Formats: sequence, C-alpha cells, structure tokens
Amino acid sequence: MTTQGIVWNISLLAIAVIAAAFLYVVARSGAPMPAERVQKTAYGIRRWFFWALVLLGIGTAYATLAEFPVPDQRGQSAGARVVNVVGKQWYWELSEKQFSTGVPVEFRVTANDVNHGFGIYDPDGRLVAQVQAMPGFTNRLVHTFTEPGKYRVLCLEYCGLVHHNMIAEFEVVAARQEGKS
Amino acid sequence: MSALHPPSENLSRTERIALNLYMITGLAVVILMMLGGIAMRMSQGTWIELPPDVFYQVMTAHGAAMVGIAGLTSSAVMWYFLRKYVRLSPGIFLANYVLFMIGAVLILGSIFVLQYGGGWTFLYPLPVKSNGMWSVHAAAGYMLGLVSIGVGFLLFYLDATLAILRVYGNLGRALGLQWLFGGAIDKSHPPTVVASTMVIIANGLGTLCGAVVLVLCLVNAYVPAFELNALIAKNMIYFFGHVFINASIYMGVIAVYELLPRYSGRPWGVSRPFLWAWAASTVMVIIVYPHHLLMDFVMPRWMLAMGQIISFTSGLPVLAVTAYGALTNVHRSGIRWSMPAKLLMLSMFGWAAGVIPAIIDAVISVNSVMHNTLWVPGHFHFYLLLGLWPMLFGFMYHVVRIRGGEPDSAIDKLGFPAYLVGGLAFAGMLLMAGQASVARRWAVHLPEWVPYAHAASIAAILVALATVVFAVRIAGGLLRAPNAGVAH
Repeated sequence: MTTQGIVWNISLLAIAVIAAAFLYVVARSGAPMPAERVQKTAYGIRRWFFWALVLLGIGTAYATLAEFPVPDQRGQSAGARVVNVVGKQWYWELSEKQFSTGVPVEFRVTANDVNHGFGIYDPDGRLVAQVQAMPGFTNRLVHTFTEPGKYRVLCLEYCGLVHHNMIAEFEVVAARQEGKS
Repeated sequence: MSALHPPSENLSRTERIALNLYMITGLAVVILMMLGGIAMRMSQGTWIELPPDVFYQVMTAHGAAMVGIAGLTSSAVMWYFLRKYVRLSPGIFLANYVLFMIGAVLILGSIFVLQYGGGWTFLYPLPVKSNGMWSVHAAAGYMLGLVSIGVGFLLFYLDATLAILRVYGNLGRALGLQWLFGGAIDKSHPPTVVASTMVIIANGLGTLCGAVVLVLCLVNAYVPAFELNALIAKNMIYFFGHVFINASIYMGVIAVYELLPRYSGRPWGVSRPFLWAWAASTVMVIIVYPHHLLMDFVMPRWMLAMGQIISFTSGLPVLAVTAYGALTNVHRSGIRWSMPAKLLMLSMFGWAAGVIPAIIDAVISVNSVMHNTLWVPGHFHFYLLLGLWPMLFGFMYHVVRIRGGEPDSAIDKLGFPAYLVGGLAFAGMLLMAGQASVARRWAVHLPEWVPYAHAASIAAILVALATVVFAVRIAGGLLRAPNAGVAH
C-alpha cells in the first residue's frame, strides 16, 4: 500500500472513532445523570486517553524521525546521480532527463525568480517525492526510483498565472536497459 | 431565558450596532466567498470556464477574505464575552471593523481592478515578480490592505491587553499560570479570560510579524535593491498566517465555553488540565509553524523536527481537554438540542476530527507526498467549515435570540443536516483528492482529477445553501428583535 493509502485509512479510522464518541454522547444526552458521577468516570477515562495519546505520539515520532527523512543538505549522497533543477516561471530546467531504477538520484533544486514546488509524479499519476524550489537556496532531494516509466514534474507551489502549465517529463528505465533506449 | 441570556451580556445601542455589523458582514462575506469557491471547483471540473487569470484572482480573494472574515467574526465572539469581565472599548471594536473594511476595499480593488493574483499568502517575491501579469502597484495595494486589517487587529488586541492588565495585573495571572503546579484554583476564573489572553499573546506576535514582513515587502516593491532573504520571508509569512487562522479558532471556541454549559445546564469552569492546556497551547501555537516548511530542506533540522513533534502535541489540548470536556459536559445532561447547542457540539466534532489529517500531514515523510496536494485544503476546510464556522453560527443563533428555548423551525431542521452532510462530503472529497495526489491551487485540472472536482462542487453547493438558510434565519432574528438585549 502507498503512503497515501495508509494515511487515508488511518485518517478515516480516527475520524470515525471521534464521530462514534460524539454520536454516543449525543444519543445518551437525554438521560440525565448527576454531573459529578459523569465527571468522575469521564476524568478517569481521560487520564488513560491522555497517556495513550502521549505514547502514540512518542512512538510515531521515534519511528518517523529516528532515521531523519530529510537528506543532509551538505555535501553529496554517496553513489547518487546528481541532477541540477531550476524552476522558472513557468518551466523546469533539468540537467538530465533519464534515470535508472535502483540508483539514487540527487536533485539539486533551486529557482531563479519565485518559489516553486518540485513534485515528482510516477507513471500512475501518484506523487512520490517533492521539495521546494526557492530563489537563493538549493534544496537537495534524494530519491531512488523503483518503477520504470514516464515521470512528470508538476509545480506544487503557486507561482503565478501559468502555474498549472509548469510541467516537465523525464524517463526512468529499468537498470539494465539504461543507454539502450 | 435569563440563564441563557444573562443581563451582564446586554448591549448598549452602539455596541449592538457594532456587533450586528460584524455578524452581517461575516455572513455576507462567507457566502460570497463560498460562491467563489464553488466557481473554482466547477471550473476545475470543466462545468464552467474561468480563465486562469480570473481563477487565480478569485483564489486570492477567497483565501484572503475567508481568513480575514474568520478572524473578524471570531473577534466579535471574543469581544462579546470578554467585555463581561474587563472593560473593552466599543470605539476600538468599531475601529477594528472600519480598518478591516478599508483593507477589504484595497484588497478587492487590487485583485479585481488591478488584477493582482499572487495568492493570499503573498509569498515573497511572487507579488512583485508576476512575469508581467500584474503591476507592482496592484501587489502594493493588496499588501497595504492586509496591513490595514492587521493594524485593526493589533488595536483590538492592545485594548484587550490593557483591559486584562487593569483587572488581573499581568497576563500570567490572567492565563491562570499561578495554579499550574498547585494551590486552590479560583473556579470563578473565566475560561474566556484564559482563552483571550492566549490569543492576544500569540496573535499579537503573529499579526505584528505579519505587519513587519508586509512592510519589508512593500519597501522591496518600490526599492528592488532592498532584497529580502526568501527563506526568512517565508518563515515570517507562515508564522503570521498559521497563528492568525488558529487564533480565529481560539477566539471562536470562547462561544463554546460560554454557551454550551448554559444549554446543558452544567458548569464548565477552569481546572488544572484546562489551564495546562491553554498555557501549553500558547507556546505551541507560536512554535509549531515550521510544519508549513517541511519541504524546505535547507531549514535547520531541529526546526523541521520541532514542526512535526509540536504538531503532535498541539492535538492534545484539542482532543483531550476541549473536545473531551465538551463531551463530558453534555453526556447525560438532559441538554435541549436547539440550534446553538447543535452547532456548538458540531464545532467540537469538526475541530477534533479536522486536526487528525492535519497532524498526520505534519509527519515529514507523509508531508513529502501530501504537501500542497488537496489534502491540505481538505484538513483546513474540515476544521474551519465544520469546526470554526459552527462555533460562529451557534454564537449568532444564540445572540439574535432566534431560538430562546423554542423548538427549531422546519427550515432549521433541514439546514443543519444539510450543512453537516455537505461539509463532511466537501472536506472528504478534498481529502480523497489529496490522497490521490491532486495538486492544490491549479486552475486547470488534469483529466483524471476532474471527477473529484465534480463531487466537491456538488457538496460545496449543499454547504452554501445551508449557510444561506443560517444567514436568512439569523438576519431574520436581527430584524425581528432589533433591540433585544439592549441596555436601557
């Protein structure tokens, strides 16, 4: 399952749980009980609820940050193919447009006018990675492609009236086919 | 009736007029901007054709007006209840409105006359680098409009700060910090004062930061040699934008603290968890903004990590204190579900549920495939449409005394579920489109994205119709009882 699919399912589940809690309370609101009794039970449950959320947060933070998801911005990734990317109103300049599966690609992304968003879409139209393109700065994005095919770069930061036409393409080939196509 | 409308909330004639201006303006703007939103979705769905320049102008107006009007209408809630505890100036309240309207005229003129279409966030240096699509004067007019609105809010916060200081001595005491670690809590300490103090600290800083970056951008517009650092400008803009819209919710939730207990018949006073929640939120709302810059990899790592972690912790006060507190207050209370009560309860659900996709999106590795897709407007429409606005509509229904303990009319019985279903469907379609990688802020959608725009358009029309119902009922209440609650 893709990251997006996992995120979608978790969100739906959590929202459904919250909705169920609200529906339960609304459904039971018409059967009065002294406030003190309700509070005693509710505050006892809240203590557990609070610490459960804290533990969930700590676990998620550790799992997602222990290996920091942003590449070191100094130097170059070992074994990576370096590609210079410049965003301009309203087109992309890529120094290379063909890559191999399984080989890390380091995109060095900047802009020479305004902020742009360098978003990489796979052949199925799914966003697989992105980074901001900003004037005066170079962001390093490292991505290893696993699927061959035509990829598109879409601008993901609003950059003016032709923003939606700021699309580029590149190709990813299966590792053994590189140079033959 | 008196329990629902205590005499301490009566209004002088000037105050009544001022509050009515805020409410009517809020209703008119939100409906107009909903129409703008529907037009954008329908255009993305190819049901109508907006030229891209017009689309981006409408998008700029929609963003600026929706954020601005959320702030303005919420400030009316804060003013209405805070004036019971401290002495606020009706003149400053009116001045905030006048400066807002001056700003609105400047903004709308810049957009629809001078054709500024740089997005509401005026992300430097786009306003002055449009590639010939609009003039520097158009950008300057837009930014001056925002400055005018910001000055109005700063005046309002300054007045509130001075008023709170006169009664409580310092802001820490108003926040209840003296009871965080022990001591007998004064149960009569008003939640409204706690929330208002948090807002004036956080949004005072936020609005001030916004004013500074706007002035710097204005100087740059006419003296191009005076260049800004794009990353620092982005930090300042997102700090301002994040705090401002969140402060709107924190002002709006005052209506829940004040009104829900009246309808449930149970008090909802301050407690130690409550005070901890607001003290922590004061800090967290200020330092969490880097979650808007997670894809700016040149940002210091500690700031990116902080953006993720504080996003998690920011959810705790919302979920475990405010929303949970509302559920506890209502559970088996025998509450009568009149319109204000229904809307206020909906607002708690919308806020609590809406933060879920927001928190998840703050995970850096998730943000890599969700940032600036429709997932982002999905989550903020969720907690603004189903969280903040129900707080404000609930407040308005209460204030104009439409309900007053009477049974809901047939039109209310229709409007409420329509709003709920339409809002859920609209936010849900944005989220669904976001998980399918549909890009945000695109005037023309790729063919495979169009079905999402169709579904969102239909849901948005339903929400807008329900909002018109609310607006008609509230306006009707104002006309029927123009002097209700006026102090004589």
